[in-house]
Amino acid sequence: MSTMQPGGPRTAAAWLLGLILLLMPAFAGDFVLFQIFGWALILGMIALSLMFLAGYGGMVSLVQMSVAGCAAYMVAIFGDSAITQISLGWPWWITVPLAIAIATLFGTLAGALAVRTHGIYTIMITLAIASAFFYFTRQNYVVFNGFSGFNGVLPPPLFGVDWRQPVPFYYLALFFAALAYFLVLYISRAPFGLALQGIRDNPRRMEALGFNVFLHRIAAYAFASAIAAVAGVLLVWLNAQVSPGTAGIGPVIDILIIAVVGGLGRPIGPFIGAIIYVLLRTFALDFLVSLGLSGERFQLLIGAGFLVIVFWSPDGVLGLWDRTRERITARERQRSPLYRAIRGQPGGPA
Amino acid sequence: MSAFVRAHPAWSAVIAIALALLLVAVFAHWPPGVVAVLGRKKIFLNALLNGITLGGLYFLVASGFTLIFGLMKNVNLAHGSLYLFGGYIGFEIAEATGWWLLSFIVAFLLVAAIGVVLQTLVFRRIEGQDLRQTLVTIGISIVVADLMLWIWGGDFYQISIPEWLQGPMVLPVISAIKSSGAVVYLKYPLVRIVIFLASVAIGLAMWMALNRTRIGMLIRAGVDDREMLAASGIGVQRVFVLVFAFGAGLAGLAGVVGGTFQSLAPGEDIRFLLASLVVVIVGGMGSIVGAALGALLIGLAEQFGSVYMPTYAVVLTFLIMVLVLAFRPQGLMGRRT
Repeated sequence: MSTMQPGGPRTAAAWLLGLILLLMPAFAGDFVLFQIFGWALILGMIALSLMFLAGYGGMVSLVQMSVAGCAAYMVAIFGDSAITQISLGWPWWITVPLAIAIATLFGTLAGALAVRTHGIYTIMITLAIASAFFYFTRQNYVVFNGFSGFNGVLPPPLFGVDWRQPVPFYYLALFFAALAYFLVLYISRAPFGLALQGIRDNPRRMEALGFNVFLHRIAAYAFASAIAAVAGVLLVWLNAQVSPGTAGIGPVIDILIIAVVGGLGRPIGPFIGAIIYVLLRTFALDFLVSLGLSGERFQLLIGAGFLVIVFWSPDGVLGLWDRTRERITARERQRSPLYRAIRGQPGGPA
Repeated sequence: MSAFVRAHPAWSAVIAIALALLLVAVFAHWPPGVVAVLGRKKIFLNALLNGITLGGLYFLVASGFTLIFGLMKNVNLAHGSLYLFGGYIGFEIAEATGWWLLSFIVAFLLVAAIGVVLQTLVFRRIEGQDLRQTLVTIGISIVVADLMLWIWGGDFYQISIPEWLQGPMVLPVISAIKSSGAVVYLKYPLVRIVIFLASVAIGLAMWMALNRTRIGMLIRAGVDDREMLAASGIGVQRVFVLVFAFGAGLAGLAGVVGGTFQSLAPGEDIRFLLASLVVVIVGGMGSIVGAALGALLIGLAEQFGSVYMPTYAVVLTFLIMVLVLAFRPQGLMGRRT
């Protein structure tokens, strides 16, 4: 389904989308670049790591936001922040790889715990781990600076560019989001990804074929956590701060909502979900007020929209799109003479 | 019990010794050496009793959750919302009528009715699809949480205790001996003791109903093999609705209890959902005894944690969960599937 024939309309659409994204700074304002697209690309990456685990591995992990939060905290702790009595002030080329490594390790360990169970238990356990991380960062003042967290965490001025300016940050986020997207696409077709999908569909058969189911699943967590960790580093630079609320229970659930609303079937889904979420989050208030409702009912709007999607289209917006397209092509096929010829003949492939 | 002792003699010995030490710690007079290490005996006893009574509350919430999951494999992540809603209803009834006991009955019935609606309108349509159930119930809990915030606002509510339950009760446990030689007995809020005894009674009644009655037999048969039960001509859907209503009603009842000895506020729904998740993961899904054991363990861990290592009390409960998962993934009382 997701194979792209060269020269097909899908390839053209993909090139067009890529071009638009690359040229975005030419026609979009700073607010759109930084607050809408910067944020959506980062959330999309975190949701992508969840989509990788859930879509290809069959493991719905709610710990991905905590992994991103962990990376964000590590950047603040090892690097520079306004909390000088805790931050170590190490240079970025130590801080950033170290942060990504520690967060990936955290995600892998959480995964190693989670893969001992399956199905719904995985959701519950990762939710519990995520809330443990939230409470721990909120209670710990020695390392995580408790309730207030860290502020003044800025990206390093590399190559003489201030990476927190909208245009550079947009390209930074776009680069890593595209990297993550193509990496996930590549892995999903590489032997490892195929084995993972085999394990999702029938773990016992894969076990009998000689695949180590446990190790494959843990490796999937490691890979997904690395993506989430990179997104976490970008997130702390975007907000210039990190606090327990960054990876609180609300954001953890939001990532699940983003991934599901977008669609868990393909890697583009989480990004679609993220842009919908960010747009809603940014403009829902004005929208609600214009309807004469109180702007505080934003959560109600998100929750109700989510409920409608999961109840009627469990594979998200992508699923809606696929079904609409199928209906259109089916209608076109009915009009084509070949289709009539086949249907008209008894015994033809109906 | 004897089967457990025979199967795990070493663990039984450890548990027996731990229980004996606990009894000694509760009833014996503490020499100064022990006080130097553990602090005053009164603090220890209070933490112990708080932990046990909190465990009773957790049991009420989690037993409904575990019953629903055990029988129907329905994952109801809106369970915490049912708890909070029951609490608010109890508050309104208690304020309007001044009749504390009535609030329990109304909260139970109303939330049970919501449970019937949830089971028939939502869960029956997505039976057996646990991911969708999770997502749908998360959606429901977000919507309900915001609706409740809309109606009741962000304030703290506390259900006032009726006069006949106010004040402390003197327990026959020595908390300290004064230098003059006078013995001080431990005082503890009467209402918490009564509520704890009531939750023990509910737990015992549930256990009896499950193990000694026809409907309990049907439920246990449904937990083991749903298709076979349906094939024997039992209206499984009716049993499902009944169990869901009862489990939801228990959550509503627990809300009134929680509103009486703690408080009601937005966010409590998530707190109690997480608590019941941890309790049933530790205790083992679908087991009432496991829920009781897990609730007691988590309640004690939380209270002792907040007394002896206040910073990391919350993390302690999750640590217990992680340890249980690492060594006994099906939970303490769970059966391997």
